[in-house]
Amino acid sequence: MKIIVCVKQVPDTTEVRLDPVTGTLLREGIPSIINPDDKAGLEAALRLKDRYEAHVTVLTMGPPQADLALREALAMGADAAILLTDRAFGGADTWATSSTLASALSALEYDLIITGRQAIDGDTAQVGPQIAEHLGIPNISYAEDLRIEGNTVVVRRQYEDRSHILRAEMPCLVTALSELNEPRYMTPRGIFEAFRDRTVKILTRADLAIDDGNIGLKGSPTRVMKSFTKAVRGKGTVVELDARDAAGWIIERLQEKFVL
Amino acid sequence: MDFDLTREQDMIRREVRKFAESEITPVALELDATETFSPALTRKMGEIGLFGMFVPEAYDGQGLDYISYIIGVEEIARVDGSQAATIAAGNSLGIGPLYYFGTEEQKRRYLPPLCRGEALWGFGLTEPTAGSDAGGSKTTAVRDGEDWVLNGSKIFITNAACEMSLGVTVQAITGTREGGRPEYTCFLVEHGTRGFKAQPMHGKMMWRASNTAELYFDEVRVPGKNILGKRGDGFHQMLQTLDGGRLSIGAMGLGGAQGAYEMALKYARQRQQFGQAISKFQAVAFKLADCAMELECARNVLYKACWLKDRSRPFAKEAAMAKLYCSELMGRVANHAVQIHGGYGLMKDYHVERFYRDQKLLDIGEGTSEIQRLVISRYIGC
Repeated sequence: MKIIVCVKQVPDTTEVRLDPVTGTLLREGIPSIINPDDKAGLEAALRLKDRYEAHVTVLTMGPPQADLALREALAMGADAAILLTDRAFGGADTWATSSTLASALSALEYDLIITGRQAIDGDTAQVGPQIAEHLGIPNISYAEDLRIEGNTVVVRRQYEDRSHILRAEMPCLVTALSELNEPRYMTPRGIFEAFRDRTVKILTRADLAIDDGNIGLKGSPTRVMKSFTKAVRGKGTVVELDARDAAGWIIERLQEKFVL
Repeated sequence: MDFDLTREQDMIRREVRKFAESEITPVALELDATETFSPALTRKMGEIGLFGMFVPEAYDGQGLDYISYIIGVEEIARVDGSQAATIAAGNSLGIGPLYYFGTEEQKRRYLPPLCRGEALWGFGLTEPTAGSDAGGSKTTAVRDGEDWVLNGSKIFITNAACEMSLGVTVQAITGTREGGRPEYTCFLVEHGTRGFKAQPMHGKMMWRASNTAELYFDEVRVPGKNILGKRGDGFHQMLQTLDGGRLSIGAMGLGGAQGAYEMALKYARQRQQFGQAISKFQAVAFKLADCAMELECARNVLYKACWLKDRSRPFAKEAAMAKLYCSELMGRVANHAVQIHGGYGLMKDYHVERFYRDQKLLDIGEGTSEIQRLVISRYIGC
């Protein structure tokens, strides 16, 4: 079985600090990590590898520094790593990103593609399903459990108040939730081997059979118009009441504000 | 000059830190309060490769440089002294002598389970009558045909009396050298050998979740092939082992100081008194500034000593300096950290209380602060 896991390198948002003077986000020196949902997807692939001797390739698109995320995946146990990097890919929205990844994937052999549900820096949850659309393969999102039965993948998909059990024939794509598993730790030996003995295959614009109209900023139909920090509203009020009194209290406040 | 860690070392630090914070921090208070050594946690530390870090892969080690190992100990010590002690003693005192001085047969037999973290090995040096004065030791080994017969006892031996303990290296007097000085030889004694008894020691003030043993040897018979290296090498082996061990104690001091400092800084920024965070008061801020400065100095002196060792250059003087400076630094930082925490710092619900206690061992174990000063003073020609 051949599995390809798509990952994204993201800033570790738990390490983000505020500039004590200006109050703005300090990005300098923030470590980069594998996006948590993607890492769970990688762990799921590695568990299939442990069980069925699957071959696991990890694929990312990003700047040259994204090499570090792939080394981490290799240290965890991935068999091969591919980095899609080119200035022409820069500024991509989800359409251009998924087009570029799908173009690379279409030249590779796979039975199963796993992506994370969404990245913690963009939170769109679009790239995984879009890849499946580009490739014309089935997609199951929000996997909180995943197993292989014959030539099919059986996934428990998280839903608001319930779960769905879905089956798809391979080849297919699954997007993983970080609740799927606890990713393994890298061993020091694995880390050293990932840097010393392993290679990351680099693919650039020239290696892909894709139109310029589908990559990078030019191939991105969406634009960020403005980013801004939400203004802080007034502080909340904490009132300790039992459920009945609390309901009454809330209704009174809403009436005061003419909401009710 | 290059003060940057390699990408590998940096990644090891981040991964061990994540492990320590997710697997050790949540159980540290409980294990300390109940004075419990956890085999499950020790095995987990083995699975992520914290044992046998500087041992080649051929013996199931990690095949790393010494500084990577030191970073590993430092990161564990940043959250808990007991677990760091299990790692530091396991590597420097258990695995180290077997790897550096053992015969090929001894290495093949013992190193793989120790490096995988499935078993632990002790280093029996200190005796009830022999601490700083190694000359006061009384444990003897007498030759009897092809065998040797050991009699005596050892005390304060880490990792030597738990369900994972596989055996110990025991230093014993095997004769008299020219000039009347005793001849020392180290023997490997497996648990289960007749006449060998290992008893856990309880009632410790510090490192309460690590395993500490008293060892008794009553007519313990071992074959000649259980001599570590050669007869008469015991003293030299002990000195070399302690030089390396000092770096790991230094790492425990540095990591513990770092952890106490971070807790104090975090608390000081949250704690409000007289209408503002106490970190804004110079009485507190200057303590934290001193801690930050000294941590920088300590890390540099310790890493430099490791750098020398990794290049096979003399490092004994620097190791003594690093051990002394880092362990005493942790004393100062833990003291400030408790002071900054005020009344809460005295409570067992707060980790700083444990750091304050755990530090005291560092002034005493693997050569007291006084002995380190003696070593340094001899190196500088006093």
